[in-house]
Amino acid sequence: MSATAPGHVAGAPTLPAILPVPKQRGRIMGFVYRHPTIVIGGLLVGVMIFIAIFAPYLGTTDPTALAPAKRTREPSAIYWFGTDMLGRDVYSRVMYGSRVSLLVGFSVAFCASILGTLIGVVAGFIRSVDAVVMRIMDGLMSIPSILLAIALMALTRASVQNVIVAITIAEFPRVSRLVRGLVLSLREQPYVEAAIASGTRVPVIIWKHILPNTLAALMVQATFICASAMITEATLSFIGAGTPPIVPSWGNIMAEGRALWQVKPYIVFFPAIFLSVTVLAVNLLGDGLRDALDPRLAKRL
Amino acid sequence: MNADRPLLEVNALKKHFPIHGGLLGQVTAKVYAVDGVTFDIRRGETLSLVGESGCGKSTVGKAILRLFSLTEGEVYLDGERIDNMRAGKLRMMRKRVQVVFQDPFSSLNPRMRVRDILAEPLVNFGMVHGRRDLNEKVEALMDKVRLPRDAINRFPHEFSGGQRQRIGIARALAPGADLIICDEAVSALDVSVKAQIINLLADLQDELGLALLFISHDLATVEHLTHRVAVMYLGKIVELTDRRTLFAESHHPYTRALLSAVPVPDPTARRQRVILKGDVPSPINPPTGCRFHTRCPFVFDRCRVEEPLLRPVGDGHLSACHLNQVPGGQVLPTAA
Repeated sequence: MSATAPGHVAGAPTLPAILPVPKQRGRIMGFVYRHPTIVIGGLLVGVMIFIAIFAPYLGTTDPTALAPAKRTREPSAIYWFGTDMLGRDVYSRVMYGSRVSLLVGFSVAFCASILGTLIGVVAGFIRSVDAVVMRIMDGLMSIPSILLAIALMALTRASVQNVIVAITIAEFPRVSRLVRGLVLSLREQPYVEAAIASGTRVPVIIWKHILPNTLAALMVQATFICASAMITEATLSFIGAGTPPIVPSWGNIMAEGRALWQVKPYIVFFPAIFLSVTVLAVNLLGDGLRDALDPRLAKRL
Repeated sequence: MNADRPLLEVNALKKHFPIHGGLLGQVTAKVYAVDGVTFDIRRGETLSLVGESGCGKSTVGKAILRLFSLTEGEVYLDGERIDNMRAGKLRMMRKRVQVVFQDPFSSLNPRMRVRDILAEPLVNFGMVHGRRDLNEKVEALMDKVRLPRDAINRFPHEFSGGQRQRIGIARALAPGADLIICDEAVSALDVSVKAQIINLLADLQDELGLALLFISHDLATVEHLTHRVAVMYLGKIVELTDRRTLFAESHHPYTRALLSAVPVPDPTARRQRVILKGDVPSPINPPTGCRFHTRCPFVFDRCRVEEPLLRPVGDGHLSACHLNQVPGGQVLPTAA
């Protein structure tokens, strides 16, 4: 071949290097270049997790220690984010508050995914269950999730566990609907029919053929639920229906700073920034995962 | 085992799909996908089921596989009725009837390695004892379909379409089936790969004495590997005969039209083509009388009211057309 190629005819000029030399990128830089949202989101979430875990070692003091003499101090070298109306260090409270937000966000994402998958798979496989259960899910979804969470919190006493349970109940119908849809389309796939023809039992089909193929969509949905759960938690705390006031959570800090926000805006400002950045980070991560795992999902979620 | 009985007998098979509509999801209409189909397949024989899209040929295949239950009719495998079998017994019956699907991309689970795909039927039917035995059997299957043994640790997306179809065939061979249903098994492949797969299927049939139900819309493909052909139109078989008779002297006007649509690789050839007018009628509301009467070039009054039955017109040659009953009325090859 090469002997007869035009480029090798005597006298013909060799091809100029019109194509730029491909840049040699490392594997890591290549990943950053292709999925910037995953990297940025992941890094920010990583920072938040770091703050939550190492809150006691980040120059914080006891976030619940009262110091009435030093109340409503402006941010300074001693009190980085200032102090609130009871003299508590806002910086320490914000750092410790990340624990509540992340705990609630991740727990709700996990519990809602498990519960939603369970119900979605059952509804997708058993037609008689499907009709009843999906109408109940429709009913739950027709109530705004924040209202449902408030109502559920009104029934119990304020605690972090109860907040997690309430938000999970408000969020899981979305997962069950997604999983049911996926199951309905996956069970028609030829490889599932081939598995049935190969004598595979239904539980094995669900475990080996259906669930692994819902995982990508489920992970993406879970990140969005995580973000929305953090906002719901902050909202609940802000209106006093969430975590008990003694627990420093971003919603609580903002609720307490609300009365003074015109004169001392920093009390609200710092927890709000942290909440926004965390939610943005989780959403970026989810967006990036969605694009990376399956571009077709973009329309479904 | 009854040596005199065919391996598979399908008797007046019907499959109607209900259409749910209205507020309460009541049945508002039915799709008459398969409406009374009768045929049999002998051991080691290839029967092709041909027809255009939507004529119900794939539904016949799936009904035999019991991927759904039948509306009516009987299916016998080796003299044993399988269409009403209970789940436990049915599972073991599945060992004997396997399937190869059309799309080599969606017929393999993208998240399973080839080893696990091939191991699935072996494990399900309790045919392996221990890990070494499993590996040996999976490797033997890879040999059978002419794939390299070291490919078993790969995922389906690492293979080409033809290779994936070989994996699908290996999976169908795994439990040692008597009958393999090839549902448009080569339609998605390009011509050279198609030929390879057809040759592979023919070799395997000789080697293992398999019976094949070859579902296809492509008569040119069918011609190379089939013993008999059943032509379907709108849920019914209109003609059933051996390959030679079908290609040389088919009786049914629809078969003639299908045959004339087969491309001939000769640009200078001048042929008279039978061009059918209109579209296939909807299987929700099939025409009265002969289902083909709306498009048949030889239609006459009787066709519109009376449904022609599938009657013998020659040795092992069945055809469902009123013209067969008219003396001298048959559409002879020269007439086409």
